[in-house]
Amino acid sequence: MSPFAAALAPVHQQYLLEARQMQTLSFVVHIPLVAFGISFPAMVLFVEWLHLRTGDPLYATLARRWSRVLVALFTVGVITGTLLSFEMGLLWPHFTATFGSVFGLGFAIEGFSFFTEAIFIGIYIYGWDRLSPRAHLASGIPIVIAGFTGSLTVISVNAWMNHPGGFRLVAGKVVDVHPLKALFGNGYLWHELVHMYIAGYIVSGFVIAAVYAFGRLRGRWGRYERTAIAVPLTIAALAAPVQVLVGDWAGREVATHQPIKLAAIEGLTKTTRGAPEHVLGWYTEGQVKYGIEIPHGLSLLAFHSWNATVQGLDTVPPSQRPPVNVVRISFQTMVGIGTLLALLGLIYLLVRIRRRRLPESTWFYGAVVLAGPLAVIALIAGWVTTEVGRQPWVVYRVMPTADAVTGASGIPVGYATLAVVYLLLACGVAWVLRRLARAPLDIVPEQRGV
Amino acid sequence: MLQALPLAFCLAGLTFYTVLGGADFGAGFWQLFAGRGPHAEEVREHAHHSMAPVWEANHVWLIFVITVFWTAYPTAFGSIFTTLSLPLFIAAVGIIMRGAAYALRSGTDKPVELRSIDMLFSISSLLTPFALGACVGAIASERVPAGNAIGDRFSSWLNPTSILVGVLAVATSSYLAAVYLAADATRSGDPALERAFRARALGSGLLTGAIAVGGLAVLHSDAHSLYHQLVAGDAVITLIVSILAGSATLALVFERRFEAARYSAALAVAAIIAGWALARWPTLLPGLSVQQAAAPHDTLVALVVAVLAGAAILFPSLALLFRLALTGRFDTTLAAPKISTGELLSASMPKLNARVAGACLIAGVGLLNVAEASWAHALGVLSLFAFIVLGFLALVPGALADAGAQPQPPGGRHPADPGR
Ligand code: HDD
Ligand code: HEM
Ligand code: HEM
Repeated sequence: MSPFAAALAPVHQQYLLEARQMQTLSFVVHIPLVAFGISFPAMVLFVEWLHLRTGDPLYATLARRWSRVLVALFTVGVITGTLLSFEMGLLWPHFTATFGSVFGLGFAIEGFSFFTEAIFIGIYIYGWDRLSPRAHLASGIPIVIAGFTGSLTVISVNAWMNHPGGFRLVAGKVVDVHPLKALFGNGYLWHELVHMYIAGYIVSGFVIAAVYAFGRLRGRWGRYERTAIAVPLTIAALAAPVQVLVGDWAGREVATHQPIKLAAIEGLTKTTRGAPEHVLGWYTEGQVKYGIEIPHGLSLLAFHSWNATVQGLDTVPPSQRPPVNVVRISFQTMVGIGTLLALLGLIYLLVRIRRRRLPESTWFYGAVVLAGPLAVIALIAGWVTTEVGRQPWVVYRVMPTADAVTGASGIPVGYATLAVVYLLLACGVAWVLRRLARAPLDIVPEQRGV
Repeated sequence: MLQALPLAFCLAGLTFYTVLGGADFGAGFWQLFAGRGPHAEEVREHAHHSMAPVWEANHVWLIFVITVFWTAYPTAFGSIFTTLSLPLFIAAVGIIMRGAAYALRSGTDKPVELRSIDMLFSISSLLTPFALGACVGAIASERVPAGNAIGDRFSSWLNPTSILVGVLAVATSSYLAAVYLAADATRSGDPALERAFRARALGSGLLTGAIAVGGLAVLHSDAHSLYHQLVAGDAVITLIVSILAGSATLALVFERRFEAARYSAALAVAAIIAGWALARWPTLLPGLSVQQAAAPHDTLVALVVAVLAGAAILFPSLALLFRLALTGRFDTTLAAPKISTGELLSASMPKLNARVAGACLIAGVGLLNVAEASWAHALGVLSLFAFIVLGFLALVPGALADAGAQPQPPGGRHPADPGR
């Protein structure tokens, strides 16, 4: 080995907490936008396809208006994502310097997904009046595929951080590196990918539906609005119950691969046979207080077995335990919201199947208005569960987050600047979306009611 | 050889980013200095509309360079991003603002609002190329040592070479933007705009050339070994190529052959980037050679394969996008949409779909939530996806068909309701 090989050394960083919060802030901004990037193009394309099949100008109007929103959100997704890739070096250089050769490939492949996505979004938006309808529809398909491959590759990196493999560490240097095995031969990848992909549809489905549900409460309920709510709401209503099933699978994977994360999710201090589950409550002094106990609940959920033994937090030293309450509360938030969304979805499906129409009660649309923001909260809460539950490790049981951080000064200034920039960005996006929503409907009049 | 290949990819990516992404920042530059009045409005509008379809694709080159670099040379990446954290952060904020301008602009067409948006964000168009150029200057003048934030946090990028490269980056961007915008004005048949941007291109081109040549004096005193290599060492050939290509670009702009001018400008940029690499070879950073910095063999092989495979998809798609953006049209047979209202409903067979969807749901629960084997989980996930897709096909067309028969809710009298 060369004398320079381990040139980057871990350093003490006074502002580690701020660095972590800066990372969190950036993710909290990026991930909801990405949820739209994953799923919204498919909805726009479906509506455009309806237009091709029926010739009804209403669908064309809807697809065009949605595509304007799509492109605005995509733009913001691009820039927040660019910032994230900078942060890999600006905040966590020692992580990237040590393991870049193991996980970097995932992002490099992702780069090509982004290329494809950006190029075809350009073609799609620019091509509305310049391509034949069929070619235009076809130009949207790569966007949908790239949205999937993009999330596959990013999540392969995250799954690797949670369940590292495909390398050996010798004297602080990685050897025997097999990047493909590390990224895609990883059993931890699949539940994360499926869970996140479905979350994308749930989030954009309920958020878009919430906009039109709000309009309905205000009395806007024409044929246009009914169509615009039916597409996203139906997808979200179907996806929400499925998400509960996938979440159950995710829980069992966590139980097998990251027992300490599971222990933190429940707040289980001692290893227990037939462990109970607590709903709500607060973890303090080694136990959950004020919660509602469900006997054997945790063993059942995590292992599908009445008397399974669940590993407790005390099997590792306190310095290696994640902050239990953050993980617990986020997890319960996600599961609580997930259950409510699934119920709402089932009600919608029942009405659709039984009565063959959209629901009519005002409370239902009130609930849909709430479901939009709640779905976003569930999305963030899920990531908090995953990421904070992995702490204090950035690479599970290999590298502590404290070792990954930069030695550069100025983190607080950067954090404050970024917070201001994001605040302005959020205001800007809100302003644009309002403008786009208020633009007058431009369905060609003579073709009305086709 | 294998160890150098990703570096070549990165330098190629950097060239593309300078030429394509640079044109985007340069467009912001021209918006900033467009002045006032209806003509200025037109200039700003043109600068925005020509770049909007392509800027996102142009920006991915930066992501490409960063991700390939951290995969292939992780320690060097960590060293650069710690010592140069300040200019890189400035560049990142600039990128956010520049992108935000595109998002915001889609929400308005009022001149007052447009002007303030352009104003606010054009500033970032100067900031970002300058900061990125300063980083290149810092690396080129050997001020970024290997290690976690070892180099000086200010003088590493606030020094004659960095400032030179930063200014050069801004000038090059403006020049490239003017050339691109002139080409686009020609396409849209607007001779006034074309003249305007041709003049800008010639002016900024001459200025860029002057800065580049004058910059050799700066290198002479501030980064002597780089200077020496460029004028007398192996890299001299690249300097000559760059000067020739740069002059050719000006001649081509003068001749109004803008498309060709873009290629020769790219050559001038590529040559000077190659010159930098040749002059420094085989060191990457002081104390770190390319060989030492390179990732293990398997990673490099996988990376090279991935990049080549990606390029096979990328370049045809890019060509498509630019053809569409610069020729306005690539498919002239605008067929009318097929009109057949009933077909959609019959084609999707809601009843059957609903039954199969139900079966898929049950199978999915069994395979994913009851069974333990991973192959069962895989099948279970597929069944659940099938449930969502089939369920959607069963429900949505019906919802849309009978949507017209909806009773109005209380207060449902929206004036703009198109359905009535
Ligand atoms: C709309 C969003 C949403 C909804 C409704 C749910 N989840 Fe979730 N969940 C996510 C969005 C999410 C996520 C943000 O996408 C996460 C973060 C990491 C991941 O893979 O998915 C996640 C992670 C995550 C994890 C941790 C996985 C890991 O660390 O690898 C578990 C155990 C669950 N979820 C379980 C559930 C259960 C049992 C739910 C049912 C009620 C549920 N989730 C609903
Ligand atoms: C939850 C995990 C993530 C997912 C699913 C995801 C997925 C995506 C998707 C689909 C896009 C396309 C833009 C859009 O549609 O809005 C995007 C943009 C981007 N993401 Fe993420 N991302 C995630 C996290 C990250 C992380 C951790 C990074 C940091 C390296 C990152 C870097 C980027 C970059 C650089 C872009 C811009 C690409 C472009 O220019 O088109 N993302 N991301
Ligand atoms: C590739 C996909 C990744 C995804 C989707 C992801 C997602 C997230 C999310 C959502 C959070 C917020 C958790 C919170 O609120 O505390 C987070 C936190 C964090 N992430 Fe990741 N992350 C990814 C990769 C990375 C990488 C590459 C690093 C770099 C070392 C990293 C380090 C961290 C750290 C240190 C935190 C703060 C944890 C805390 O606040 O306690 N993550 N991540």
